[in-house]
Amino acid sequence: MTTITASRTDANAVDIDDISKVFGRGQGAVTAIDGMSIHVRKGEFLAILGASGCGKSTLLSLVAGLETPTSGNVSVGEHRVAMMFQEAALFPWLTVGANVEVPMKVDKVPKAERDKRVADLLELVRLTGFDRKRPHELSGGMRQRVALARALAQDADVLLMDEPFGALDAMTRDILHDELERIWRERSLTIMFVTHNVREAVRLGDRVVLLSSRPGRLIAEFEVAGERPRRIDSALIAEQAAGITDRLRAEVARHA
Amino acid sequence: MPETRDEDTAVRGLDALELQPRRGTTDRSPGQVLARAWAVTWPKLAALTLVLVAWQVVVWSGWRSEWVFPGPDRVLPTLFHEITTPEFWEAVRVTMRRAFTGFALALAVGVVIGLAVSRFGPLRVAIGSLITGLQTMPSIVWFPFAMLLYGISESAIMFVIVLGAAPSIAGGLTSGIDYVQPSLLRAGKAMGLRGVQHYSLLIIPAALPMFVTGLKQGWAFAWRSLMAGELLVIINQQNSIGWALSQARQLNDAERLLAYVIIVLAIGVLIDLFFNWADRSLRRKWGIAR
Repeated sequence: MTTITASRTDANAVDIDDISKVFGRGQGAVTAIDGMSIHVRKGEFLAILGASGCGKSTLLSLVAGLETPTSGNVSVGEHRVAMMFQEAALFPWLTVGANVEVPMKVDKVPKAERDKRVADLLELVRLTGFDRKRPHELSGGMRQRVALARALAQDADVLLMDEPFGALDAMTRDILHDELERIWRERSLTIMFVTHNVREAVRLGDRVVLLSSRPGRLIAEFEVAGERPRRIDSALIAEQAAGITDRLRAEVARHA
Repeated sequence: MPETRDEDTAVRGLDALELQPRRGTTDRSPGQVLARAWAVTWPKLAALTLVLVAWQVVVWSGWRSEWVFPGPDRVLPTLFHEITTPEFWEAVRVTMRRAFTGFALALAVGVVIGLAVSRFGPLRVAIGSLITGLQTMPSIVWFPFAMLLYGISESAIMFVIVLGAAPSIAGGLTSGIDYVQPSLLRAGKAMGLRGVQHYSLLIIPAALPMFVTGLKQGWAFAWRSLMAGELLVIINQQNSIGWALSQARQLNDAERLLAYVIIVLAIGVLIDLFFNWADRSLRRKWGIAR
């Protein structure tokens, strides 16, 4: 009975098959996602683009298993999934190091190993020496890096990111793109990255999927061209982003 | 690897720039520390002096005869004499023992009720407003009932302390739990926090600042209930601050009476200072206030 699942998850980290998600019942029911299928290859960086109301946050919650689809199927096989949000959502009463430790406490990792892995993860996000600081002492960009370290502390190889850099200034975001790309490669992660910033999607994604709004449906897919590391201000990125922006505008205009 | 080093420098440079203006606290010289201490001390001293002067003026005005309403010149020496006697310390010891025991009982009851109310919706609907109502209730009205239930005993006083303080403690805990930031709850859920760990690693620490506010209020109610109790429920030959107060009244010893009033005020201020300190250091640690 596992043959079908096995053959799927061999190549893909995440399989989303014809899912729908309806919130509420009867008259007040809202269809957030309607018949969406997305297959994310192992090690792929997938950028998910959409205007408001495209159900992108719902989509991530479904993949994370925080919610169940009304119909259809989501499968992550043996992969472990972690999630990051626009707010770092670090625990303010814990130090940076203790924050990164939390998922390992959930996993009952012994103390000595926790300490070692915290040090490794902080080094990975270039925050060595900040382990005893508190979140409010850090900048927004640093907090997001701690959040990234905390997500990776779940021992996850699939990372779901819900507009993680949306609240940051352009310079910080630009540098964090480089950082995320490096960590994605070093750790062979599979990433589903939700954003409403077209250039960010093209800068980071191997592939960009475009979602429609109300209800959320997959309307277009783009394979991104260009060698990594890419630059967000390069002509190739700008050109591809322009094409996608046109599609996105057409989709938004439909709701006028 | 030159490219990596480049990125590394960029990240570190950005971190350094972002952190620079946040360094608000610089080391102060001893002179500055003294100046600051003086800045917060002199208004208090001035206010105290003003109160003493006003008090003395009223006494001099002859509004009441001096054996009923003595001035600070007579009360303060009595106070200083009183605090050298073993009876005084015995009274303080008994009263504080009652205060802490009662508060600890109220804490236990309040935490259990607070957790239960925040956990079970129907219970909140059932007794949520009752808890708020109990908080506004003057605890002294419970004493006749308490004395019927427990007689003239310490248990009667404890009963009223718990009724007075537990609602505030429960209320502080419930609102602390209610107002945990949704983003933290979502992060906790995404990390797979559940069951006991959901409480021990997330809910309890997140609710702590508001819980401490509830504790502080609960203490105020406990202290008032205790003072009322010691004046009403006079346990025979049992020394306490309340007993000393009523003794002084019966002997028309106004100096001693006022001395003990000042003691009650001083204990209240001291405990309040402690709660404020706890509150402030928590908030600073939590990053809510600097």
